[in-house]
Amino acid sequence: MHLIIEPGRSAAHYWRDLWRYRELMSFLAWRDIAVRYKQTAIGVLWAIIRPALTLLVFVAFRRMAGLRQSEVPDVILVLAAVLPWQLFSSALSEASSSLIGNTSLISKVYFPRLIIPLSAVATALVDFAITLVMLAALMAWYGVQPDARLLALPLLIAQCSLLALGLGLLLAALTVTYRDFRYVVPFAIQLGLFVSPVAFESARVPERWRALYALNPLVGVIDGFRWSLLGAPLDSSVVVSSIAVTLATLVAGVWYFRRTERGFADAI
Amino acid sequence: MSEPVLSVERLGKRYRLRHHEDAAPYTTLRETITGAVSAPFRWVSGRREPAATIEDFWALRDVSFEVAPGEVVGIVGRNGAGKSTLLKILSRITEPTAGRVTLRGRVASLLEVGTGFHPELTGRENIFLNGAILGMTRQEIRRNFESIVSFAEVERFLDTPVKRYSSGMYVRLAFAVAAHLEPDILVIDEVLAVGDAQFQKKSLGKMHDVSRGGRTVLFVSHNMAAVQALCTRAIWLDRGQVAAEGATAAVTAKYLQGARPVDDGGRVRVLGNSIELRRISVTPNPVASGGAMEISITLGAQTPVKLGEVAVLVYSSLETRVAVVDLRSANLPARLDASDEWTGGATIRNLNLVEGDYRIGLFVSSSDFAGDVLDLVELTVHARADATVAPYAAAHRGFVELDVRIHA
Repeated sequence: MHLIIEPGRSAAHYWRDLWRYRELMSFLAWRDIAVRYKQTAIGVLWAIIRPALTLLVFVAFRRMAGLRQSEVPDVILVLAAVLPWQLFSSALSEASSSLIGNTSLISKVYFPRLIIPLSAVATALVDFAITLVMLAALMAWYGVQPDARLLALPLLIAQCSLLALGLGLLLAALTVTYRDFRYVVPFAIQLGLFVSPVAFESARVPERWRALYALNPLVGVIDGFRWSLLGAPLDSSVVVSSIAVTLATLVAGVWYFRRTERGFADAI
Repeated sequence: MSEPVLSVERLGKRYRLRHHEDAAPYTTLRETITGAVSAPFRWVSGRREPAATIEDFWALRDVSFEVAPGEVVGIVGRNGAGKSTLLKILSRITEPTAGRVTLRGRVASLLEVGTGFHPELTGRENIFLNGAILGMTRQEIRRNFESIVSFAEVERFLDTPVKRYSSGMYVRLAFAVAAHLEPDILVIDEVLAVGDAQFQKKSLGKMHDVSRGGRTVLFVSHNMAAVQALCTRAIWLDRGQVAAEGATAAVTAKYLQGARPVDDGGRVRVLGNSIELRRISVTPNPVASGGAMEISITLGAQTPVKLGEVAVLVYSSLETRVAVVDLRSANLPARLDASDEWTGGATIRNLNLVEGDYRIGLFVSSSDFAGDVLDLVELTVHARADATVAPYAAAHRGFVELDVRIHA
């Protein structure tokens, strides 16, 4: 093996290195999962309690606001949106804070830094998998039967994760230099919950605002979840704009992350 | 001669330092408020503070050397000489600004013991995690698992979270994982001076095995005893450049004398309105712990002053006063005229300070000026080279090296 270190050279083997260090990625994800529920009394149940409480609040809210509709049980309708939302928000917040949470690794060991936010997203996916079990159980309870559209679900999960990753890479890299973003991210996530169709259906948005609304890539993801699980209507233009925004975010995130990455050890 | 496994050619690393040039010793409330208001927007507009200047600082400059397979090379130098920067570049943590490094073989670097250890995880879990962080594959870790555990002597505590480990156990486990790396080139920063004496011997032994196994080791240390025991060759870095290179004994000797009398750069410093500190020198600097040191001071005056007392102050790098050398009895004149100059000083017979960086200051009491002048000279003290076991890290040893005899 032959290795040359020169200014600007680090780009050369980057993607090959990323592949070589894939084991480290799973180790870091495993560490975060193992640590998360250590010394907690109910452990992994926390992964279920958080979406369950969100669900309860939203269902109650819909009842009071008279948003209830009859075709699908409200619980399933809301949960089909709470799950991707939770996946997105926890992946995003963990990815954005992942670099400054691993300062000692970054300043003491070499590996492609992309591994850190990637493993943060992987961690969020594990929690998401647990909540999927809860969804399946509730769907069985309410007798909601999915059809072949269920096959599209993995693609939607992938899109949701990539969106969180793209945005997370951007924010993680920015946070290394500007710690201000530590305060921006939680606030933005809080706002995001209200501008995404979690507590309501996209159909309730007035027609003339729909195109603007569809620029929020989560609209496509959440509508897609409801379409895939419950057969709710899905506007193809929403899907297209959602995928376009997701890809643009991902490209921008990877580009900015790669551009600033070589300075992380000096700046962090 | 076989092809070098490591060649470094004209390596340089530049850091940018930002200075805030607030010439005025005070800030008005208006400035504070406008500063606070504009600060969050500054990065958005891309504008830089007009008062800030950027200075280039070369942590490494034009460093070139080669290392042959199987060599164990020690890198010595004062704090801030560029050793850590060099290791960081070799470990690919940071990029060089100029030059090139060619590495022929798998590199593992150990800049810290226990990087990535998580206190909540058990010993067993941390072995796997730390191994992966240091670049071992799962199979490698599994294959070496038994040997790591027995080397660290933590068999009984494998399933205990490491936060409940004693610091000794923690360090042993961390070192054990690192010691089982199987790279062609091993880059190590000051990590050996950990654990108890027995464990240190074991660690040094392990390092010996590594080098005898044909592997190349690059070893940075302040501990001259360890460098001399382990290294076949040494490189002395000074202010980012190679000051000397060659056989360990010769280089470490040269480095320890390093008889560079650090005086105030010849600058005369006026204390108060009249008294001038014309020269202060400390020789040798760096000095070995336990060695002798000379301090010499020259004072002058612009207008006649009455002189009361003079004393040399020794501070730690954290500004704790460590010692005072009282010069009241150094035939100090009661009065200093404009044409007079007084030179006095002292010899410290045994400088029993723990290795590290210290600062030399001065206390002067006179009709013109009375008070402490800090930060006149930076003094570097080195570990004595005769220790039988590598001592504890300097941070754990206080300031004073007592003269002791151990009851064996």
